[in-house]
Amino acid sequence: MGLTTSETSPHTMGNGDTLSTRLDHLVGLLRKHGPNWARKNSLWPMPFATACCGIELMAMGASRYDVARFGAEVMRFTPRQCDLMICAGRVAIKMLPVLQRIYMQMCEPKWVISMGACASTGGVFDTYSVVQGIDQFMPVDVYVPGCPPRPETLIEGVMAIQRIVDAEGVKPSAERGGLGLTVDPVVQLNTVGRRS
Amino acid sequence: MDQNIAQIVAGLRTAFPDVAFSPQPLIDRSEDDAGAEQVFVRVPPDKIVEVMRFLHDDARCDFQQLASLTCVDYLDFPKARDRYAVVYTLVSPRLNHRMWVKCFVNDPDPAVPSVTGIWNAAEWTEREVFDLFGIRFSDHPDLRRIMTWDGFKAHPLRKDYPLRGHGEREDFTVVTDDSR
Repeated sequence: MGLTTSETSPHTMGNGDTLSTRLDHLVGLLRKHGPNWARKNSLWPMPFATACCGIELMAMGASRYDVARFGAEVMRFTPRQCDLMICAGRVAIKMLPVLQRIYMQMCEPKWVISMGACASTGGVFDTYSVVQGIDQFMPVDVYVPGCPPRPETLIEGVMAIQRIVDAEGVKPSAERGGLGLTVDPVVQLNTVGRRS
Repeated sequence: MDQNIAQIVAGLRTAFPDVAFSPQPLIDRSEDDAGAEQVFVRVPPDKIVEVMRFLHDDARCDFQQLASLTCVDYLDFPKARDRYAVVYTLVSPRLNHRMWVKCFVNDPDPAVPSVTGIWNAAEWTEREVFDLFGIRFSDHPDLRRIMTWDGFKAHPLRKDYPLRGHGEREDFTVVTDDSR
């Protein structure tokens, strides 16, 4: 029986009350694991699909593979409503500011899956205009290998995110660290010589 | 050569007697006649707007549509005399014929007058050719890069441009500012 300071706990009637002590233990467990348990089974993906990985991402969300079994079926196309970014496909350098802006617009807590060879390393697109791995410019939690990955592989990636959420929970924003980097080709809207 | 195209070339020769159009098949295959009806003519850059205006306005030509405007880099190409060719694909939906026009230009400062005054469709395609090949289109209303990002200096579809670039993907500006 753990409780010694029975006067301070609102649940205990007397010293060594078995029922109250177990209730206290349960409340403690729920406090500790409850939010993470809820979070990991209710991930809201933000599909950032730029290439063929996006097709597999859609297959993962559709009925045959059915990521609803893992609670991550609600894909929203606004970053404000999502907590899991799935970057599926190659990212051109011109696209990178968009990706970073969308990541910054997502509310904390948030996680990132880098799906496929292109998003993780550049893949076969070892060319002048393709980002060689998005992790140079934003935090990535899980890398999913494949070209493109099968939907089962991506589901394993989602489950890895669930394990991360379960084990680590939500760190405060200051500990997670910000983006740190912002690339700057900013598209100039005040163009010179545009026809009126 | 197609009957219509032969008439068009004859009309071009009477309208522009000082231009050697030298029509020839787009695909040069000596073993058979495949593609023989696809003909291109050569037009020098200083005559391109007048010739295109003729091809667009003349009733026998009636090329209402600029189907594509692209460029070829003939660097190290056997038998090539010029470095670049700006290629115009012209289509007449009404008369159902099509023709190609090639405009050969060379380094340094390859420049071709813009045909945006004739076909509006040329605006973005000329920007693309400018971006990727570095052909300058004079009189273009808004000659900016369209594919690569602002600040990019090279012209990546030139044959002497390396696949991985000159370090552009490593060197683009990075600012450490999280608040923007």
